Amino acid sequence: MTSDTARLGNTRDLRIAAHTAGGRVQLARWIVWPPVLFTVLFFVVPLVVMACVSLWTRKHGALIPDWTFVNYEKFFSKGYLRQALFNSFEVTLLTTAISVLLAYPLAYVLAFKVPERWQRLLLLFAVLPFWTSYVVRSYSWLLVISDRGILNDTLIGLGVIADPLKIAYSRAATVLGFVHFFTMLLTLTIYSNLVQINPSHLKAAQDLGASGARVLWYVTLPLSLPGIAVGAFLTFVITIGDYITPQILGGNTEVLMPQAIMLQISRTANLPMASMMAIILMVCVLAVYFAIQRHLKMDRL
Amino acid sequence: MTNGRITFPVGFYLVVMFTFIYLPVIILVLFSFQQGLLPIPPFEGPSLEWYTKAFSNSRLMDALLNSIIIAVSSSFCATFLGFFAAYGIFKHTPVGVRAVRFVLMAPMTVSYLIIGLGLLIVFNFSGIGKSLVSVGIAHSVINLPICYAIIYSQLGGQLRNIDNAAHDLGASDLQTMVYVILPTMVPPMLAAFLISATLSWDEFIIAFLLSSFDVTLPVMIFEMLRAGLTPEVNAAGTVVFAISVGMAFLAAFAILIRPGRSS
Repeated sequence: MTSDTARLGNTRDLRIAAHTAGGRVQLARWIVWPPVLFTVLFFVVPLVVMACVSLWTRKHGALIPDWTFVNYEKFFSKGYLRQALFNSFEVTLLTTAISVLLAYPLAYVLAFKVPERWQRLLLLFAVLPFWTSYVVRSYSWLLVISDRGILNDTLIGLGVIADPLKIAYSRAATVLGFVHFFTMLLTLTIYSNLVQINPSHLKAAQDLGASGARVLWYVTLPLSLPGIAVGAFLTFVITIGDYITPQILGGNTEVLMPQAIMLQISRTANLPMASMMAIILMVCVLAVYFAIQRHLKMDRL
Repeated sequence: MTNGRITFPVGFYLVVMFTFIYLPVIILVLFSFQQGLLPIPPFEGPSLEWYTKAFSNSRLMDALLNSIIIAVSSSFCATFLGFFAAYGIFKHTPVGVRAVRFVLMAPMTVSYLIIGLGLLIVFNFSGIGKSLVSVGIAHSVINLPICYAIIYSQLGGQLRNIDNAAHDLGASDLQTMVYVILPTMVPPMLAAFLISATLSWDEFIIAFLLSSFDVTLPVMIFEMLRAGLTPEVNAAGTVVFAISVGMAFLAAFAILIRPGRSS
């Protein structure tokens, strides 16, 4: 085995040597660089420039490169800016928690209670509306929960309530829109984790006398933590950076971080302030990433 | 574990969850066929009135065309750049491969809003400004890591031998890539193309930040929302949804075909 690998390695080296000796342009050697250059030019450079601009200020409509932390000081001294970050964290944590609670049972049922030949099809249908534009999805929820929408119409018709529930244009509506989206995403990540669990672990626990609930709590749940962690992290990252869902469903009751950034761009064209808040948002995401990094095994999915 | 039959509580639970997942979609589509002026109950119809209206709305049709152009061109770029990256790494592990992979995958970890803001600043400074081309570049940036990951995951095993065989038989790097590797990589590249086209088609915030007068369909729909709820938005939304789902389905089929296996 070892000598085989070594011989193969040698043949490959010889082959490469032969090609290099030919003096031809080595296409396969430089082909990796155009995409890397593209990403550096249109992703890395803009982020670096944005970080620089966050240290500038805007005075009388002009950008002044005065390299100061005054924007950052402003963020932590102005209550309404700090509040946007707190709001974002609250909405994001609420969304992540509810989505996990809704998605886990669904993924569990799909993986263990549904006959195998139906699993893939049901899973496909469970995540199909995932492929909808944020704009269209948020708008559709607005139709459902508006004062005269189908939900209130049905509940009043059934006599459950007398006056329409005021759900639209509130934090509850924002969270509802997010939860709908991420229940699908989490179902997918948790399901792919559950089906990888070796059934003999569960069988062993049962044979040793564990009840169904104990098997779930002490064996299945711990083994499916990676799927939960990956899904929850993606939920966190996407929710905290999304502008459109709170903008369409949340109304004017509160401002989340992405809305605060967009306000700086569209109202006052204050790119330094917007950049500063974008950097703060990025740092928050990175902090969460490093906090749960060891639980994230993306390649397992 | 499964006994081959869905019990009543499980069935009931599935119905509840699927209702939750599908409720907004059903309402969206149903009220696009509304006859009245508002997309709220009671449902009167069905009528195609609002589809006629949407398809004769020239601004909406311009936005549709822009969305198609952006989705196709940016996904084409992203797919080929992704292939170059994947094939380059597969063929000769480049110097500093960890750094190369990190840079390639990095855009996936940053919010679209932040990527859009960074590009807005750079395009403003450099005089490129806001246009459809700017949106196209940005969509290529966000889709490149996805295309790279999909294509790289399908390179390997058999393909290594096929690639070496082509070289041993005297093919140049270019000939090997174009005549041997590319044809076998059509299914994953098609899947990558379709997934990025779907993401670009649905993307809002970057298109909103980087476009000026030529807007894409999601941006147009967002602007229509300011005038309140109308069944015309439902009709446009239904079209957007149908095309997204169609592309996602095709991508799912393309991903099931694995390259390098005898068919």
